[in-house]
Amino acid sequence: MKIAVLSGKGGTGKTFVSVNLAAAEENSCYADFDTEEPDGHLFFRPENIVSENVSVKIADYNKKLCVGCQKCVKFCAFNALAYVGNKLMIFENVCHSCGGCMTVCPEHALTEKDKIVGVTEEGVSGGITVLTGFLNTGEASGVPIIKRLNEKLNKYKFSVIDCPPGSACQVLESVKNADYCVLVLEPTIFGLDNFLTVLKLVKLLNKKFGVIINKSLSDNNIAENYCNENGIDILARFPYDQYLAKINSEGLIAVREKAKYKDIFSGISKKIKEMFI
Amino acid sequence: MKIVIPADVNRTDSQVSLAFGRAPYFAVYNTETCNTDFISNSAAESSGGAGIKAAQALVNLGAEAMISFRCGENAAAVLNSSGIKMFQAEAGSVALNVKLYTESRLNALKDIHPGFHGQTTNL
Repeated sequence: MKIAVLSGKGGTGKTFVSVNLAAAEENSCYADFDTEEPDGHLFFRPENIVSENVSVKIADYNKKLCVGCQKCVKFCAFNALAYVGNKLMIFENVCHSCGGCMTVCPEHALTEKDKIVGVTEEGVSGGITVLTGFLNTGEASGVPIIKRLNEKLNKYKFSVIDCPPGSACQVLESVKNADYCVLVLEPTIFGLDNFLTVLKLVKLLNKKFGVIINKSLSDNNIAENYCNENGIDILARFPYDQYLAKINSEGLIAVREKAKYKDIFSGISKKIKEMFI
Repeated sequence: MKIVIPADVNRTDSQVSLAFGRAPYFAVYNTETCNTDFISNSAAESSGGAGIKAAQALVNLGAEAMISFRCGENAAAVLNSSGIKMFQAEAGSVALNVKLYTESRLNALKDIHPGFHGQTTNL
């Protein structure tokens, strides 16, 4: 079973929820898909790490075959190519790996080569596999890394995906193969607004989903009211809590610190699993 | 010999455009005929890589010099490869800069910036 944890707005508690959901389950996998700023590994501190580069294909060319027709230059929507002084200039940081230049070149002078955009790391922490994607600084998109992580995820029976914030293509790629989506909702106007965009996404993808309200101040808040009015399943509620904030700041995992949290998170997983029986 | 100057509007009394890659027009001054023609800059509408596309247009035009306030590094790489000389524009009109150029009173352009990639578009 693959559970994706999303939120829309950053800082609502995706990592708190996903780290603890994974840590409460034996032999599970925690997968950090937030490749721009992965932070789950800071809590798990995995050991025996195996790294693997992730690369994309970018344009390359064979000068001998090029006749300088500039069809590729005109075709490239990203303007990654220029033809100057009988040679093609390829701006690697501008290339979006679409491969279009290869299809329009009548001389087959354009080819592809690998460019490393990031790395995946797989390690272990107290019986839990910790899988993390790191996008290199300056790269445009973590999607190729997320695709690779998704392939690796297939070998685990129970995995929790810590998604990137927002609802754009990297999130879409992250939840694509998920069986269930947990939407972490912070009861603020901003939190609810961003939640609605993610809600739209999971509905569009026909995903089963439930909500965890985090940083809740009272039972009467806009998050709670929205879920009640719209018949959305609330899996759990976490209040603003000094203890949780403190251990979080120390990089500790709640379910490994207190049995109470182990029970809460095991309970959430159990509730989700029961929906699939 | 053709000299290109980014321009806000297609008249010789136009201000030199602050942008190179996204300037609305390019003034093309011909040193043999002393005429200034204007071409619209199709790169201005690009979602990205405008500087590269604009520089390519100058290369294809056969320009030998360019006068601008500043230039991005990708555009500068294209211009340098084709040997197009870059000059620092002075505040004022296209006509003024043409005059300063013909009197050899412009300095080489040193302000090659790393670009404004994505800063104005919402990804």
